[in-house]
Amino acid sequence: MSSSVTILDRLNVLDRRWIFLAMALAVAAPILLGIGSDESPSPPTKRLFDRLEELPEGSRILMAIDFDPNSAAELSPMALAFTRHCCLRRHKIYFVTTWGTGVPLLDATIKTVVQSEFGRGDRPYQYGIDYVNLGFVAGDAVAISQLTSDIRKARSQDMQGTSLDSLPVMNDVVSLQDMQLLITPSAGFPGAKEWVQYAGTPYKIPLAAGCTGVQSTQLFPYYPDQLVGLVTGIRGANEYESMLASKYPVPYAEMSKRPASLRGGPQRWAHRLMISLIVLGNAIHFANRYRRSSHS
Amino acid sequence: MSKTVPVIIASLVGFLMIFAFFSPQLLWLRQTAEDWFAIITTIAMIYGGLTLCFHHLKKISDSEAGWGFSAVTLLAFGVTVIVGMLKIGVVPETARNLNHPWSGPFLQEGGAFWWIYQYLFSPVVSTMFALLAFYVASAAFRAFRAKNVEAILLLVTALIVLLGQTKDREITTLFLPAMTDGSTSYLPIADLTEFIRKTIVTSGQRAIMIGVALGVVATSLRILLGLDRSYLGGDE
Repeated sequence: MSSSVTILDRLNVLDRRWIFLAMALAVAAPILLGIGSDESPSPPTKRLFDRLEELPEGSRILMAIDFDPNSAAELSPMALAFTRHCCLRRHKIYFVTTWGTGVPLLDATIKTVVQSEFGRGDRPYQYGIDYVNLGFVAGDAVAISQLTSDIRKARSQDMQGTSLDSLPVMNDVVSLQDMQLLITPSAGFPGAKEWVQYAGTPYKIPLAAGCTGVQSTQLFPYYPDQLVGLVTGIRGANEYESMLASKYPVPYAEMSKRPASLRGGPQRWAHRLMISLIVLGNAIHFANRYRRSSHS
Repeated sequence: MSKTVPVIIASLVGFLMIFAFFSPQLLWLRQTAEDWFAIITTIAMIYGGLTLCFHHLKKISDSEAGWGFSAVTLLAFGVTVIVGMLKIGVVPETARNLNHPWSGPFLQEGGAFWWIYQYLFSPVVSTMFALLAFYVASAAFRAFRAKNVEAILLLVTALIVLLGQTKDREITTLFLPAMTDGSTSYLPIADLTEFIRKTIVTSGQRAIMIGVALGVVATSLRILLGLDRSYLGGDE
């Protein structure tokens, strides 16, 4: 009896640093041990995947990397997966960002996927022919509006200072209305909501988005009418990678090629810890109530 | 007069953008307004930078509480602007530009600005975001308790969503007996999570969004008609 009271008393005054330590271990151990996790696709993720599969080779896809390092842990893996899928389907990719702090992440996406994985071989992805880096367009929602009426009004040159008119990939491209699909992994303002309001819905341009887990509730009202697909958080990215792995097993079945699937492990253990903490916290709560009622 | 002219400009441009949205003939006017927006935004950014400097310089000169933070802000701001504008560490990228040391992009890999982004900005903001996990875990243990009916509802919903967000939702199949047709029965945590998201959360969110949109329309009309001038910085 006395020992159970002692345990309860100790739990009542448990230093929160123990919880911090438990969380650190729950996240760090799966990362260090390389424990990943597959995911079965949810309908909003599968719809985007299917849309990219159905589009004919050479379709024009605008990839708006609208996030910064704050949310890169969640959104970078999905940006890589979307880009990888576009390259596998040989679509033309137009990279852009409406976030000033998103430029290095845009560059990293191009380097990691387009240049490293698809820049060699029989049909390498060539800059200016198969893809272009439009870089940062300033003006938030107004920039998106400008892109919908005339891309050259928003950016007359690419990121390297080359005139857009001299790039074959820009032939016959005037505005976003010439794109077959807009994809935006986005974290806030301007982001998926602004792409819906200023590009997708008014001009009926097919639009898909990726977002952080906490933002999903704000974007689900737009699915499925205004967003053809919605990939949410690291779970959504994991779903997308799992679909890529099953459709293109070489080389994407390899866990090392799947950052989101690798992050599925830490997420799983962190969620387990959270559930345990909620259950334990409530067990303490009811034990305290029982103790008070038995004393009175 | 100092407020009348800005109000007239705001009203004219605002109504122009509304009409241009519905009339393709006015597209060129909308594009002109957007060009002006880009120019004014750039000027506003310079003005904002100067205001930031004056604000913090005043705090330092008055030795206000926390003036040290102002000094750090000014130092970080100044160093970033100078490094970016002078393109420190940037080298020409093409042979054609060898005689033009500033021809490389300011965010060139290996440059000082890139270094600041990669090794200062990026780790700092990532750390701030990552800290959330620790505080949420602590709050889950201390505050998330079944004290009343509302709290119980919240608690049960949170547990279902948390479980449904990972592959662990399939664990719930282990504790239930097999179905009569031999297939594995399971507690549909995934379906429950989807139901909560699609039906309860989305309908609530839609209601909020419609309410906010109506509020935005009302506020915008007040601004366009000159009834609300608070954006000019006065008390009206």
